Amino acid sequence: MNPFSRLFSAEASTGAARTDAIFVGVLAFSVVILLVVLVLVVGFAAIYRRGSKARRGDLPAWVSREVEIGWTAATLFIALFIFWWASSAQFSQWTAPPGALEIHVVGRQWMWKVQHPSGAREINMLHAPLGVPVRLVMTSQDVIHSFYVPAFRMKQDVLPGRYTETWFKALRPGTYDLYCSEYCGLDHSAMTGHVVIMAPADYARWARAQPDGDSLATQGQATFVSLGCSGCHGVEAKVAAPPLTGVYGRRVALADGRRVTADETYLRDAILDPAKNRVAGYAPAMPSYQGVASEEDTVALVAYLKSLSAPPATEAAR
Amino acid sequence: MTASYLTEETSIGSWLLTTDHKRIAILYALGITAFFFLGGAAATVIRLQLLSPNGHLVSAGAYNRLFTLHGVVMVWFFLVPAIPTTLGNFLLPLMIGADDVAFPKLNLFSWYLFLAGGLLTVLSLVAGGVDTGWTFYTPYSTLYSNSNVMLAAMGVFVVGFSSIVTGVNFIATVHMLRAPGMTWFRLPLFVWSIYATSLVMVLATPVLAISLLLVIAERVLGLPIFDPRFGGDPLMFQHLFWFYSHPAVYIMVLPAMGVVSEIIAAQARRKVFGYAFMVYAIMGIAVIGFLVWGHHMFTAGMSPYASLVFSFLSFIVAVPSAIKVFNWTATLYRGQIAFDAPMLYALGFLGLFTLGGLTGLFLASIPIDVHVTDTTFIVAHFHYIMVGGTVSAFFGGLHFWWPKITGRLYSEFWARTAAIIMFCGFNFTFFPMFIMGYLGMPRRYYHYPAQFQPYHVMASCGAVVLAVAYLAPLVYLGWSLFKGPRAGANPWDATGLEWTTPSPPAKQNFAKTPTVTSEPYLYHEDGRTHGDPRSLKPHRRQDEPAE
Amino acid sequence: MTRAALLHEPFKNIPREQEAFLLGLWSFLASEALFFGALFLGYAVVRHLHIAGFDEGARHTNAVFGTANTAVLLTSSLTMAVAERAALADRARLARIMLAATLLLGLTFLVIKGFEYREDLEEHLMPGHQFAIPLRGAVLFFSFYWVMTGVHALHLTVGLGVVGRLFGLSLGRRLLENRASIQTTTLYWHLVDLIWVVLFPLFYLVARG
Repeated sequence: MNPFSRLFSAEASTGAARTDAIFVGVLAFSVVILLVVLVLVVGFAAIYRRGSKARRGDLPAWVSREVEIGWTAATLFIALFIFWWASSAQFSQWTAPPGALEIHVVGRQWMWKVQHPSGAREINMLHAPLGVPVRLVMTSQDVIHSFYVPAFRMKQDVLPGRYTETWFKALRPGTYDLYCSEYCGLDHSAMTGHVVIMAPADYARWARAQPDGDSLATQGQATFVSLGCSGCHGVEAKVAAPPLTGVYGRRVALADGRRVTADETYLRDAILDPAKNRVAGYAPAMPSYQGVASEEDTVALVAYLKSLSAPPATEAAR
Repeated sequence: MTASYLTEETSIGSWLLTTDHKRIAILYALGITAFFFLGGAAATVIRLQLLSPNGHLVSAGAYNRLFTLHGVVMVWFFLVPAIPTTLGNFLLPLMIGADDVAFPKLNLFSWYLFLAGGLLTVLSLVAGGVDTGWTFYTPYSTLYSNSNVMLAAMGVFVVGFSSIVTGVNFIATVHMLRAPGMTWFRLPLFVWSIYATSLVMVLATPVLAISLLLVIAERVLGLPIFDPRFGGDPLMFQHLFWFYSHPAVYIMVLPAMGVVSEIIAAQARRKVFGYAFMVYAIMGIAVIGFLVWGHHMFTAGMSPYASLVFSFLSFIVAVPSAIKVFNWTATLYRGQIAFDAPMLYALGFLGLFTLGGLTGLFLASIPIDVHVTDTTFIVAHFHYIMVGGTVSAFFGGLHFWWPKITGRLYSEFWARTAAIIMFCGFNFTFFPMFIMGYLGMPRRYYHYPAQFQPYHVMASCGAVVLAVAYLAPLVYLGWSLFKGPRAGANPWDATGLEWTTPSPPAKQNFAKTPTVTSEPYLYHEDGRTHGDPRSLKPHRRQDEPAE
Repeated sequence: MTRAALLHEPFKNIPREQEAFLLGLWSFLASEALFFGALFLGYAVVRHLHIAGFDEGARHTNAVFGTANTAVLLTSSLTMAVAERAALADRARLARIMLAATLLLGLTFLVIKGFEYREDLEEHLMPGHQFAIPLRGAVLFFSFYWVMTGVHALHLTVGLGVVGRLFGLSLGRRLLENRASIQTTTLYWHLVDLIWVVLFPLFYLVARG
C-alpha cells in the first residue's frame, strides 16, 4: 500500500493502485524539478539583484554548450523513462482477462442503462461482484458520453454507432460514484449514478432477485425469432444464409478478400450494417436492422450469438 | 517634437483605413481587450454558479452556454490573436528594421476579418448562445444541439481565415524585409517565436476551417459526414479538430515565450543563455506540436497503438519546453537583475508555465490521463499554460513595450502590485482544480457532488482576486495614457532596433534603414553592465522633458 | 505610368517585392493544401469503412460531365500558362487573348458543373429523405462529393475573379507592371486545377475500373 493513498479518493480497483503509483512517481519528479527551478530562480534573483556585490563577467564559451547538451539529454532520458513506465502499465489495462464477466452499458441523454448477462437490467446503477474481472461493453444511443468511475481511475468514452470497452477488477466492496465525463448536453451533470461492489455470492443473489427473468442470451434468442432473423439463419431455413453457430471469435473470410475476427463489433455491424462486411460465398440479401433493432435488442442478439459459440477461445484456430 | 504615428493624422477614418502596422496593432488591442472582458465576465458567472453544489444562479442551459462562450471567445478572439496581432504587429517590423509588414493592406483586411468573425460570434450570443462547448464535438453539435452552432462556427471560421492571412503576412515579412545585416541568427527571439507561430497558423488553421465547414454542411445541408446512423465517424471530427487545436496551444504560448525572452534578457542585462538552442527549441516545438494531437483522445475510443505513439510524441515535445525553462533560469546567472513590473510578470510566467508544463507530463502518461481527462485537472493544466503562461506574458510584454507604444510611463508601484496579485490570484483559482480533478470532479458540470465544494469555493474566491488583478491595468494604464510622464526612446536601456526609434515611433519607422552589425542581447559585452551598477538604477528617468 | 509607382511600402526595390508576393502566395497555397488535404484524408478514411457504398456511389456520378470538365480545366491551365509567359514577354495581345480564353473555359467549367448538379438533384443524389441509393455508405460518398466539388467550385469562382482582374489590367495595357499579380494568379489557378485533377478520379473513376 503506498503511503500517499490517503491523499487520494478510495483506490477501489486493481487499476486504481497502479495509476496512483505512477501519479506519485511523476509527482515526485515534478516536485523535484519545480524545486530546482524555484531555488535557482529565487537564488539568482537574490544573489544577482542589480547592484549586489556578487561576481559577474562572462562564462567560458564551453559552458553554454556542454550544459545545454547535458540537460537536453537528461530531460529526454527522464521523459522516455516515464513514457516507458506509464505505457507498460497501461498494456494490461487494454484488454480484459479472458473469462471476465461481461456487462453491457448503453448511454443516452441523460442516463446509463445497464444489462447483466443474467438478464437483470438497471438504470444509473451498476452492481458488480468483488474480485472478479468485469468487462464493460458500451455504446450510446445518441451523443458521445463517457463512463467514469474515479474510484477505479477508469474512464472510457461511449460512442454512438460502435462498441467501446473497458474493464475493472474491484478490490473493495462499497458504493462508488459514477459520472458522465464527456459533455453531452443540457443535463450532462445529472448523468451520474453509482457502482455497487458486492461479494460474488451477494451479486449472484441480487441478479437472481431481479424481475427481468431470463438471461440476456435467452432474451436475445426471443428477439432472434421476433425480428425474423431465424427465418433465414434458423436451422430449418431455406435461404442460404451464413450459419451462426460458433461464429463468435472465428476468423471470417469476406467477399472483398479481407479476413476479420468475428468480435462483438463485427456481430453488431452484421446486424445494423450488413453491407460493411459481406461474408464470402453468400448473396447480399441481408437487410439492415438499423432502426428496427434497438441498442438493447442488439446487445441481447449479440449475447445470444455468443452463447452459440461455447466454448469460446478454442475455436479461434479455424 | 515631430509627429508620431499616433498624432500624424487623428480622424476616425485615418484609423479605420490605416495600413500602418502600429495603428493596426492598436485596433487589434481594442478588439481583444473587449473580448477578454466578455470572456472574463462569462467566467465570473460560471465561478459564482459553482460556489454551491446545486445552485441556481443561472439555469443549466445558460450555464452550458456560458462555458461555451467563455471557451470560444477566449481561445479564438483573445488567446490566439493576443500577442501576434498586437505586440507582433507593432514590433515585428520595428525589430527587423522594416517600415511595415510585407502586405500592409492585407494586414488591415485581416483585422476586418477578425472584426467580422467577432461580430458573428457576438450575434450568435445575442440570438441565444451556443451550448456545444468550444470543442463543437459531433454528433452533439450536428444533430442534437438546438443552439446557434452555425453562427458561432461561421464566426470561428472567419477569424481563422484572419489568422491565416496574418500568418502569411508575417512569414513574408520575416523572410523579405529584414534590414541589411539582420541575419536569421541575429533575430530577436520574439521574432523567431512569431515566425514559428505564423507557420503553425498557416498550416493548422485550414484544418479547423474544414472541420467547422463540415459541421455546418451537416447542420444546414444535411450531409451526414459525421453521422453514426449513416456510418459516419464522430471520431474523425475529433481528429481533425485537435489537429488544429493542439497546435493552437503553441500559437498561444510560443509568442509568450518570445516576449519573456526579451524581458528577462533586458532586465537581467544578460545575453539569453543558449540563444541557438532557444531557436531550435522554438522550431522544434512548432514542428513536433503538429504530431501530438491524439493525446486529447486517449479515452475516446482510439486504437491503443495510436495512443502509444501519441503518448511517446507528447513526452518528446516536453523536452524543448523544458530546455526553454532551463535557459531562462540560466540567463539570470551573473546578471544585474532588476525587478520592474515586466520582470515580475515574466517570472510569474516562468513559474506558472513550469507548473503547467510539468502537469503536461501527467497527461502524456496514458493511465493518469485516462483518470483525469475531462476533469478539472485538465482545466487547471491548460489554464496554467494558456492563462498563467500566455496572459502573464502578454501583460509583461504590454508593460515592457508600453512606453514605446504610447510614449508614456505608467505607475511602477501599481504595475508591480497588480503583477503580484495576478500571480497569487491565479494560483488561488486554479491550483484547487488540480486536486479536485484528481479526486474525480468532472468538468463542464452545472451541479456537482457536495464533497467537492471546498475546492470550488476556493477557486471562486481566487477568481475574485484574479478579476481585480485583471481590471487594475485598465485603470493605471488608462491613467498613464493621459497623465503618465513622457517616456524616452529607450527607458529600459534595452538592445533591439525598436528602441532606436522615438517613443512613440514616427509613422515611417526608420528615417534611414538601419544596418545591423551584431548579435542580439549584447548586454554584457558593450560595457553596459561593467560600469557602476548604480548608474543603471535610474534608467527610467531618462525622460524627455514634457513639451 | 512610371516604374516607381509600382513599388509599394515598405519595399525598397521591385524584385524584392515580387519575391515577397510569390512567397506569400506559396504560403497560402500550403494552407490550401492542408485544407483540401484534410478532406482527402477524410474521404480515404470513410471510403475504407464503406468500400461497397463508395463504389456504388461512384457509379452514379456522370463521367461524361466529369471528363468534359477535366478537359476544360486542363486546357484552361494551358491558356493561363501561355498568358503568363506572353505577359512576361511583353506580348500584350496574346496575353489578353489567352486571359479571355481562360475566363471562358473557367465559366464553361462552372456551367457544365451546374448542369451536372441539376441532373444530380433530379436523380435524388443529394443526401436527404429521398436519397436514391439505399446501400450504406453511398450517402457518405455523396456528402463528400457535394462538399468537395462545392468548395472547389467556390475556389474556381474566386479564381475567375482574379483572372478577370488581370484581364481588366490587360485592357488598360498595365499587365507588365503587375508581374507579381500575373505570377500569383497563375499559381492560384494551377492549384485549383490541380485539386480537380485529384477530385476527378476520386469521384468519377474510382469504381469504373
